[in-house]
Amino acid sequence: MTALTILLVLVLLLVVFGLLFRLQILTSIFSGTYVREIGMSNRINAVLMLVFMVVGGAAFFWSFSENFNKMNPPVASIHGHAMERMFWTTMTVIGIAFVLTQALLFVYSYKYQHKEGRRAYFFAHNNTIEVVWTIIPAIVMASLIFAGWKAWTRITGPAPKDSVVVELMGKQFNWLVRYPGRDMKLGVINYRLIDASNDFGFDLSDKAALDDFTSTEIHVPKGHPVLIKIRSRDVLHAVYMPHFRVQMYAVPGMPTRFWFTPTMTTDEMRAHLGNPKFDYELACNQICGASHFAMKAKLIVDEPDDYQAWYAKQSPNSANADMMASYKQTSQNAGLGKGGSLGAKAAAIEETGETPAAPLSAQTAM
Amino acid sequence: MATNLPASANAQGGIGTAPVPHTEHDEHLHEHDEHHDQHWMWKYVFSQDHKMIARQFLITGMFWAIVGGTLSSLFRLQLGWPEATLDWLQPLLGKWIDGGKLSKEFYLALVTMHGTIMVFFVLTAGLSGTFSNFLIPLQVGARDMASGFMNMLSYWFFFLSSIIMFVSLFLETGPAAAGWTIYPPLSALPQAIPGSGMGMTLWLVSMVFFIVSQLLGGVNYVTTVINLRTRGLSMSKLPLTIWAFFLTAILGILSFPVLLSAALLLVFDRSFGTSFFLSDIYIAGQALHNQGGSPVLFQHLFWFLGHPEVYIVIMPAMGMVSEILATNARKPIFGYRAMIGSLIGISLLSFVVWAHHMFVTGMNPFLGSVFMFLTLIIAVPSGVKVFNWLATLWRGNIRFTAAMLFAIGFVSLFISGGLTGIILGNATLDIQMHNTYFVVAHFHLVMGSSAFFGLFAGVYHWFPKMFGRMMDEKLGYIHFWLTFIGVYLVFMPMHYVGIAGFPRRYYSWTGFDAFSQFADLNKFISAAAILAFFAQFIFIFNFFYSIFRGRRATQNPWNSTTLEWTTPIVPGHGNWPGEIPAVYRWPYDYSKPGSETDFIPQNVPYSQTASSNLPYEREIED
Repeated sequence: MTALTILLVLVLLLVVFGLLFRLQILTSIFSGTYVREIGMSNRINAVLMLVFMVVGGAAFFWSFSENFNKMNPPVASIHGHAMERMFWTTMTVIGIAFVLTQALLFVYSYKYQHKEGRRAYFFAHNNTIEVVWTIIPAIVMASLIFAGWKAWTRITGPAPKDSVVVELMGKQFNWLVRYPGRDMKLGVINYRLIDASNDFGFDLSDKAALDDFTSTEIHVPKGHPVLIKIRSRDVLHAVYMPHFRVQMYAVPGMPTRFWFTPTMTTDEMRAHLGNPKFDYELACNQICGASHFAMKAKLIVDEPDDYQAWYAKQSPNSANADMMASYKQTSQNAGLGKGGSLGAKAAAIEETGETPAAPLSAQTAM
Repeated sequence: MATNLPASANAQGGIGTAPVPHTEHDEHLHEHDEHHDQHWMWKYVFSQDHKMIARQFLITGMFWAIVGGTLSSLFRLQLGWPEATLDWLQPLLGKWIDGGKLSKEFYLALVTMHGTIMVFFVLTAGLSGTFSNFLIPLQVGARDMASGFMNMLSYWFFFLSSIIMFVSLFLETGPAAAGWTIYPPLSALPQAIPGSGMGMTLWLVSMVFFIVSQLLGGVNYVTTVINLRTRGLSMSKLPLTIWAFFLTAILGILSFPVLLSAALLLVFDRSFGTSFFLSDIYIAGQALHNQGGSPVLFQHLFWFLGHPEVYIVIMPAMGMVSEILATNARKPIFGYRAMIGSLIGISLLSFVVWAHHMFVTGMNPFLGSVFMFLTLIIAVPSGVKVFNWLATLWRGNIRFTAAMLFAIGFVSLFISGGLTGIILGNATLDIQMHNTYFVVAHFHLVMGSSAFFGLFAGVYHWFPKMFGRMMDEKLGYIHFWLTFIGVYLVFMPMHYVGIAGFPRRYYSWTGFDAFSQFADLNKFISAAAILAFFAQFIFIFNFFYSIFRGRRATQNPWNSTTLEWTTPIVPGHGNWPGEIPAVYRWPYDYSKPGSETDFIPQNVPYSQTASSNLPYEREIED
């Protein structure tokens, strides 16, 4: 019933608007303004152009500065600081271009509004000026490209040999985390070996897999390069850590990677922000299904000592009786008996690349 | 001066209609008169007349725009008021309202269909389909498209595609929900999201027909521009609209087939067990057999169309805006050749920048460097266009018609959205900005809203030629200002949200500490978006009202120079009752010194305008 009433009211309102509109047309026909091509409205629109520029510009400036602090997630990685500088430098450059061009657009619109008896200036082309406004943007762009390219090659270049390695595997709708054990090598995994107790699909016939361990939290040491190896086991996901300025897709069948150096521990960031509940968050940033928006993980940056202590406390796969037991069954079902993933192993070694030296002395000492 | 007279006085001015005696086309005259008493079925439904087909595309496009806009209002409700109960939408959405909340799957379906509908059905078919069809024959001086039959097929394939896509909205499992970019494996596996079942199948089938429609249309546009230009109309005398439509059609012909191949391979993966895009997948408790495929390959194929596609959307708008700015500033477009050059430059570059959508997909970083370089170059021709538009306004004598307002609005939005492309095209900065609301704000301004503004400008400007009546100017002004302000209120704050790192396609942000700080701003954006959407009904009312009750148009209401205004007020089949006018000059002789009127139509020979001819023109007086 209420819906019907609302509908009725809406219809009546529309009818009223329609009648008012018709009335306005009829009056303008009688007053003779109906067909006059350029009248008062031209002037009003011209003034509105100027008003829009001034009021809109002021509102934009106000809201931008009002929200400025909220806009910048605090930076907590070395390359993140460089990116931050580049971002705001570029914003300044485009900000200048924005103000200049928009101002010209609206000021010209106002200033050159139709005037009785004036004629537009017949000015069809000028090659010099075309060359000028081709070359100047080209130079500006070239310098932006150069800066961007330098940073890009550095950020995406090979990770330092002594990086701490963590592997993240995306799945609907959470992140799995594993670390190489004391041998510092990630063991072979095979998606056919995944089962309830073996989320990663470890191939336990590979010795390197025996001492790997999984974790529900991601711990990394401060001030030390961290190489994140990234996989997905179902659809595309993306590892996105805004505080570290890190983003990389997780692609099923194609391991990816991203390395960075955290500069502030979680505790330091909590103190810095005055927010005792703060945590570094890892968000999935590639649409992956219904709960995409809730696919997150926590990343904890520790002081190196704390990190080593945490690392030492983790128990390797070989201590996981469930996994060891179910592996036999699953590998047989999948037709991947002992050493069945050897082909995969060769590939995995290539993927994981370097055989890392001891990242943190204490890890090897375990 | 002609511009100051009531529009009806223009018919007496006579310059535009000055008969130029020629006889070679006379045999066409009678042939075309015969079509007057056609059956309505052939006249209004299965019409082969380019003007009717254009109107069909326009009205279908408007239908889709309302659907697309409604979908966006629905998901903006969720984003702005995540705590609100939406039970009142139950009559419309049925089971997709689950416990007073929008269902999560359906949220993604809304986002996906909003993107698909707006990009393909409104801004490609609705924009190019309408104006390429309508203006190419009229502005090049042709009786119709090169193949009227293919042109008709083009519309009906689009219609078929529309029906299929529309039906998919009502499926039990919902429409496609993997994002408008339909990246596999999500789009390939119904286990991953229900929308990837029947919804995705229909999406792919619909897109196949859509691509067929685009190709039939595109081949026709290119052929018509190349072969059917009237006597004297060299490529260097074409209006910029035609240049834009011509290049757009070429882009479409070269890139849409690649999307077709991507779609077909995806169909194979989905239905026939191949592994083009799938590898190493364990889902729903099961390891799939697929191995060796690459999801990144799909992205390459998709964006090989997808990037030219954004230029397919924006270039027709650029062409129309150039035309409308020149006409209403009563000034030649500044740098006509530079405008053509920049269009060609943009067209070429648009094919070699696709992977800037993929900087962080795991693609080799070296490729990232190459694509960053190529992408940022495209800013140069885009900048040239903006400067030329500004120079066109400089010292003009501007009439603010509704079309002119939208054209100026287009330039403003194109600047605002285009500049942030310089951030996103930089691979380093894209690491942080990729897939955030910064991207959403960027492309909604630069190709979404801008192209819509181009579309509105075009409708207001060519409405008199389409329907023989004028749209109401005052309603046009109100529509413009509400939309212009609305668009800025929606998308400017969206940049802030993006800089803070909010991911796009999130049903809710409240789960993240980092992202939950902008609740008020999101409310604001949602309110502005919904208001701006409702403002569009002013346009729709104006449009349909004016078709039947609008003020009658005169032959050349804007005192424009191009050929379409030399046709009768409502051109019949064949466009010109007599022979086709010949063309003698470029289309931008506005306010030429020495000329009596402030415009000289293209079909006026130099011999009739001795007082205004420039030195080199005197030599070619004929």
